[in-house]
Amino acid sequence: MRGPNDVGGLEDGPVDPSTHELAFWEKQIDGLRGVIGAKRIVISHENRRTIEQLGHDVYERLSYYERWTASLQRQMVDKGILTQDEIDARVALVRARLAATGELELSPEEEAKCR
Amino acid sequence: MPLERFTEGDVVRVREDYPIGHFRTPVYIRGKTGVVTRSFGAFGNPETLAFNLPGEKKHVYEVRFRQSDIWPDYKGNARDSVHIDLQDNWLEQP
Amino acid sequence: MSQHHHDHDHHHDHAHGHHHGHAHSPPQPDDKVHSYYQILGVALKELLIEKGVVTADEVRAAIEARDMTTPAHGAKVVARAWVDPAFRERLMSDANAAVAELGFPMNTTELVALENTDEVHNVVVCTLCSCYPRELLGLPPSWYKSRAYRARIVREPREVLAEFGTMVPDSMELRVHDSTADLRYLVVPQRPIGAESLSEDELAALVTRDAMIGVATVRR
Repeated sequence: MRGPNDVGGLEDGPVDPSTHELAFWEKQIDGLRGVIGAKRIVISHENRRTIEQLGHDVYERLSYYERWTASLQRQMVDKGILTQDEIDARVALVRARLAATGELELSPEEEAKCR
Repeated sequence: MPLERFTEGDVVRVREDYPIGHFRTPVYIRGKTGVVTRSFGAFGNPETLAFNLPGEKKHVYEVRFRQSDIWPDYKGNARDSVHIDLQDNWLEQP
Repeated sequence: MSQHHHDHDHHHDHAHGHHHGHAHSPPQPDDKVHSYYQILGVALKELLIEKGVVTADEVRAAIEARDMTTPAHGAKVVARAWVDPAFRERLMSDANAAVAELGFPMNTTELVALENTDEVHNVVVCTLCSCYPRELLGLPPSWYKSRAYRARIVREPREVLAEFGTMVPDSMELRVHDSTADLRYLVVPQRPIGAESLSEDELAALVTRDAMIGVATVRR
């Protein structure tokens, strides 16, 4: 009966109190989401709802800003701002470009898609 | 204006319902009984805004729950508490 | 929640009066792109700029604004409340107006100040997501967003605080505030004993992010 985000009162291990500087890509998503929110293209309530709808498996596998990215993709398609085809095409282009510049350091599964 | 059904000091019970959608009433507090400690006024309803739909505003209250009323096995000061902001439509008279 | 690397300690930074996250920090190993979703993020940004939905300048400005919003803002609010009883009154009764006075207006949410006393210790969480007074504290630390903190702080708060090195005496009431959507909470910690001679700025330098979330206290 719980959404994947609704974790209050569940068991878990010790809290790791260490902090880290956000990575470049995390800041980019935070900034992009901030602008999209400020323009009220996707408000926070919609972003939260879309994140919850990722489902338990996706929610738990993805890091915080990966969830925000996944939510943004879903919202852009749902609102007719972008199509899935153009997103897919751009992902392929970006993947090839980052692989060529060495900015990409992929998991073996992701690496296989670049060949 | 939306109805403000409760005021400070009222004993309230959180609805124990599990609709599908976007709700800001955590599962761990559903069905629990607490006391209204503050009324924050009316806010846009996240339950409709999350779907990009308008909807009438809902009053939001701060409700105080004793830890031992939420978790029967709670250890610690008997006055230890959780305070949560909850929407009017999730609260009922016990 | 992925914990990438932990070489940057905000407390440490704060105590020495620097602001973290400025534009020219050295490249981190994490500036590499690791996953499909990170590639997706780059793709979405490019497409949204090309379509005119956002501009590159707007995104850059948003990142810069975030970088400039640090817990030093909240610390100024706390120190002012310690030295100015009239401000403290206004902060407790209308926190949005009080923090706006100091140049830190809240964006769209309503702020509530929670005062720690000899009897009550307050601590803040958002069990459902990551609601946080970003206008005063900047971006939330990763532990605040972690499942472990969100799951456990409402059920075993004394144990969780102990993991942060904060022992709340059994005689004190421990009050956990779960912010669910429209409210944001700022803990006003107790003024440390023995700090009577310090100036407002010196007091502000003692106030940490963790103390304003409520997982720590302020010490000299």
